[in-house]
Amino acid sequence: MKHLYIFTLLVFSLSFNASAQTIPSVQLENLAGENINTGDFDNDGAPIIICFWATWCSPCKRELNNYMDFYADWQDETGVKLIAISIDDSRSISRVAPYVMSSGWEYEVLLDTGKEFARAMQVINVPHTFLLDGNGKVVWSHNNYAEGDEEELYEELLKLVK
Amino acid sequence: MKRLLIVLGLAGYLCTPVISQNTEPGVVTGNVSMLWQSYQADALIGAVVPPSKTGFNAYSNLNYTMGNFSAGIRYEAYLNSVLGFPGRFKGTGIGYRYARWSDREKGVDVTVGNFYEQFGAGTLLRAYEERNLGLDNALDGFRIILRPIDPIQIKVVYGKQRLDFNDGLINGEGIIRGVNTELDLNGLLPFLADSKLKIKPDFSFVSKFQEGGNIIQEDTLILTLPQNVGAWEYGSKFQYGMWRGGIEYSKKINDPSADNGYIYKEGEALMYFLSGNVKKLNFVFQRATTDNMSFRSDRDLLLFDAPINNIPSITRAHTYNLAATLYPYATVINGESSFRGELYYSIARGSKLGGKYGTKMSLTFATSYSLDTTNLSGLDGAIYGYERNSWGFGDSLNVQDISFDIERKFSKNFKAKAMYMNLQFNTLATPVTTDFKGIVFADLFVLETQFKTAKRQSLRTEFQVLLTEQDKGDWATVVAEYTWSPHWFVSVIDQYNFGNPDEAKRVHYLYGSAGYINGAHRLSVGYGKRREGIFCVGGVCRTVPASNGFEVAFTSSF
Repeated sequence: MKHLYIFTLLVFSLSFNASAQTIPSVQLENLAGENINTGDFDNDGAPIIICFWATWCSPCKRELNNYMDFYADWQDETGVKLIAISIDDSRSISRVAPYVMSSGWEYEVLLDTGKEFARAMQVINVPHTFLLDGNGKVVWSHNNYAEGDEEELYEELLKLVK
Repeated sequence: MKRLLIVLGLAGYLCTPVISQNTEPGVVTGNVSMLWQSYQADALIGAVVPPSKTGFNAYSNLNYTMGNFSAGIRYEAYLNSVLGFPGRFKGTGIGYRYARWSDREKGVDVTVGNFYEQFGAGTLLRAYEERNLGLDNALDGFRIILRPIDPIQIKVVYGKQRLDFNDGLINGEGIIRGVNTELDLNGLLPFLADSKLKIKPDFSFVSKFQEGGNIIQEDTLILTLPQNVGAWEYGSKFQYGMWRGGIEYSKKINDPSADNGYIYKEGEALMYFLSGNVKKLNFVFQRATTDNMSFRSDRDLLLFDAPINNIPSITRAHTYNLAATLYPYATVINGESSFRGELYYSIARGSKLGGKYGTKMSLTFATSYSLDTTNLSGLDGAIYGYERNSWGFGDSLNVQDISFDIERKFSKNFKAKAMYMNLQFNTLATPVTTDFKGIVFADLFVLETQFKTAKRQSLRTEFQVLLTEQDKGDWATVVAEYTWSPHWFVSVIDQYNFGNPDEAKRVHYLYGSAGYINGAHRLSVGYGKRREGIFCVGGVCRTVPASNGFEVAFTSSF
């Protein structure tokens, strides 16, 4: 226990400058088979939404399917880009591409098979959604999805572009 | 432990002057999860009260990142662990700690302490966690990841692995050593640079060391246990436009263990898949044969203890509660031959059949059989057990499911999903029940609806019926969930075993819960009866006993 205190103190003594969470750098693969480093996420100064999901997670699929109804409008109004991070493991990873294609998602979809990026973003369970401002800082996050959550997300998005 | 913390602290201090020149400030991130349960006895459903009357599991991750340096710990508490968790997880302490230096530009990434890792599909090495189920086989040692040029990545790991927790991390006995190389041929070979065909081969070698000794087979046969067991894997991923494919072969030398009955047969596995689309029809086909590939850092352990690798099941992970908790399929670890095919089709929005918002359909067929083998006799039988005749299917069915899903949004405020599944499940291959031994034939019907009742409010319902003549007979489940976005929810679930052959056991399992969500913080409270079942997350399952009582759960990320 004593060690924990010492360590915690050390951590906080070093983090006098602690600020909003930024995006850690993890190498993932997209559905086109290209390596993408999460540290390079960039949308030319416009906001980014990051959604963690899995093919076995019903609320996750509801969330991303519902967002599709609004995505074109959101993009027009705010320039936002949505990146959907699948945490499917080797059991279900091969289902990701056909599911995404048949659902007509226009998001960038990345595969986080080992959950390394989810861990780095402190995701405990899915769905977990983050909103990043134009500088790549997390300004809002939400764990869970209920019908209508898109309205709150949309309000947060508008705050970033006004 | 103490020494590592001092090292972490020193590393932090040493880095300060260097990094303070960097304009990027240090950042602390983390999360907290707490789960409390109270128990009441209920003889009818078999719910018992443990000696401590309540269970409490909690953990918190705390990470510090500054530039290329990061370090962190996880503090864990099991006071006592909730029912269904590994009961020997006890006390409080640090279950995970690491320091990492990762320089992307120079292509060097070094981790000291605990880490999670997966080589390829994980058939040789997967150190992972499923905290909700109490599964954690984190490696504890050193990991180096080198990327000398972009298309080449080399990983080297050396360490022990987490086995247990008693006021702190307890590692298993064995030592694990591994190397993995991934190549991107399009980046390496100039003539492939502009090719639409992308090829990414990989190769891994993993070896374990555990002190040996002798075993006696057939009373008189004295055999020496191998202290070092090596395994290797090679394969490749392919991509052509939106068509993807992959193939992987792995082999393991003799590894007598509690899993395989201490036979000296070598292990082998072959897996491949293809996914793509023809016009609007998307598909995936997957095939796997795994033979004697259980690989643990302690040969005498079973089930969830000290696995080095993970042999993924290729059957579908069930989404709906009845099938998911009554008949979830887990790989038969000593070997199986399996196949899965899935088709997805969407009828376009605005078409006559598709409706205003379009209609989605999918069809899945998955099956797994025993291996095609011949048992050996005499001395060979005692040493090697059996031989495999082919990569094909054996005679005994493990599981087969055929399911059809359809999903349609009818209006702005109403959508529905329906599913039918025909399931054949061999409870001898996957022992999920003690009530029935043999093949359960079941039909499952599900209807899920969602109404938007007001601005930001919605009601979701599920009706599920599982009909079977075997095991515990027919079941029905009703779920109703009301949400006020973005903060509140209430839900009720009733599971009713209306077709149990024993009338006294036709019990309702009623459970209600409510919760509050604020951003990345979530609190939920529940009360009721939960039947014994298998709870799976991402394809990993654990048996949870019947329980009756309160539950409070809190999670938060920062």
